[in-house]
Amino acid sequence: MDIYFKNLYKYKDLFFELVRKDIKLKYKNSILGVLWSMLNPLLMMVVLSLVFMEFFKNNIPNFPVYVLIGRLVYQYFSEATNFAMDSINVNSQLIRKVYVPKYFFPLSRVVSSLITTILTLVPLALTMVITGLPLRWINLMIVFPLFYLLVIVAGVGLLLSAITVFFNDMKHMYSIFLLLLMYMTPIFYPASIIPEKYLTLIKLNPIFPIVEMFRDFLMYNTMPDISAHLYLIMNMVIYGGIGLLVFYKTQDRFVYHL
Amino acid sequence: MSDIAIQVSNVTMKYRIASEKLDSLKNYFIKKIRKEIQYEEFHALKEVGFSVNKGDVFGIIGLNGAGKSTLLKIIAGVLKPTQGKVVTKGAIAPLIELGAGFNGELSGVENIYLNGLLMGYSKKFVKDKLEEIISFSELDKFIHTPLKNYSSGMKARLGFSIATVIQPEILIVDEVLSVGDFKFKEKSEKKIKSMIEDEGTTVLFVSHSLSQVERICKNALWLEHGCVKKIGKVEEIISEFKNNA
Repeated sequence: MDIYFKNLYKYKDLFFELVRKDIKLKYKNSILGVLWSMLNPLLMMVVLSLVFMEFFKNNIPNFPVYVLIGRLVYQYFSEATNFAMDSINVNSQLIRKVYVPKYFFPLSRVVSSLITTILTLVPLALTMVITGLPLRWINLMIVFPLFYLLVIVAGVGLLLSAITVFFNDMKHMYSIFLLLLMYMTPIFYPASIIPEKYLTLIKLNPIFPIVEMFRDFLMYNTMPDISAHLYLIMNMVIYGGIGLLVFYKTQDRFVYHL
Repeated sequence: MSDIAIQVSNVTMKYRIASEKLDSLKNYFIKKIRKEIQYEEFHALKEVGFSVNKGDVFGIIGLNGAGKSTLLKIIAGVLKPTQGKVVTKGAIAPLIELGAGFNGELSGVENIYLNGLLMGYSKKFVKDKLEEIISFSELDKFIHTPLKNYSSGMKARLGFSIATVIQPEILIVDEVLSVGDFKFKEKSEKKIKSMIEDEGTTVLFVSHSLSQVERICKNALWLEHGCVKKIGKVEEIISEFKNNA
């Protein structure tokens, strides 16, 4: 075990460099560069608001902020896990030739996506102010759901990246799964329209309580129940644990399948 | 002894080769249930053991398929042996594949950083060596160009410069002294010689060019079909190898 920590320390600069590289390559050759991280959600919000406020006439108060929050959480989950899934395959050249702690590849992508997601908080704050939601100290509490989300995403990312090495079909299956997850999360519809009988099923989706907690802190200024925190911590342990375990158990065999 | 740089003890590498091709999942499961899949065991390495002293230049020779590359990969930590253990002391720079971590979209400088970090060095350390790497590679003019626009010779030069300027304790050289033009070849051979003589770098050297092995190495290991055939002074090993192979 000791050797893992020693290695982690030794290669820590590499980790940051990988994160930097991911962000850099993402916006390579685009004129606005990293600004897209802020512009993109804003434009998306305008489109969604137009469709759902004008055409569907929903009555969610402050829909632009509502949809931005939902999108932010879901987008981070889908982008980071998708990105992490490929990471071992993309770096196969390297893994076959030099020794590197392999979990760096999925995890660096999870972290780099987190950084672009945090940038999305800027347009979110802007939209809040414009739509008349004052910024308060309680808003800072979003670090809790953000942390839960990070660990869950890291676990899922590790798991997917390991599975994809052995089973390439995962990529295609996962895109369907993500679509399902999107509709299972109240991003642009209110949670209240979910029929009672599906509620327990839908609540299995860890993104759901995270989105709710974000909205509690940002829109409704309420403290969520301690049980909501406990539920998410439990999710964190399960997803993080499974991801780590599967990755750890399979990593020595990656090299034969790349 | 405390000045052993590489200790390879009893390393065995086993591969399983499926005896027939399985091309679909359905096929796989049916065969699996009927227990029709037969694996042949293939020993790439069989109970290989040797040690290399610090500062030694150690050659590994053998015919194609003798297990040389597998052995190097195990020492570099890329493969995990089925059995046995490898203990190494100090940083290893694998010249197995020059520039294994290169990314075509990044510039030369960025690739130097990335590669140095991949070998486990700190950012500060690479920064200190940056000038020297660039000047040794003779790529000053192109160092901010994306690597995808480099020629293969330029890439090899950059890779070689990174791996050697950074002064690893152990250098693994696998048929790479043939990179670049004759001038760079001369320069790189000289560089390796100076690393050995002045800096006490331990070198593992694999080559099919026996004259090169004889010129550079002190001791050598002869691998045959994954087994150690003989270890000893380079002249003896090579003359015997020539007679027998």
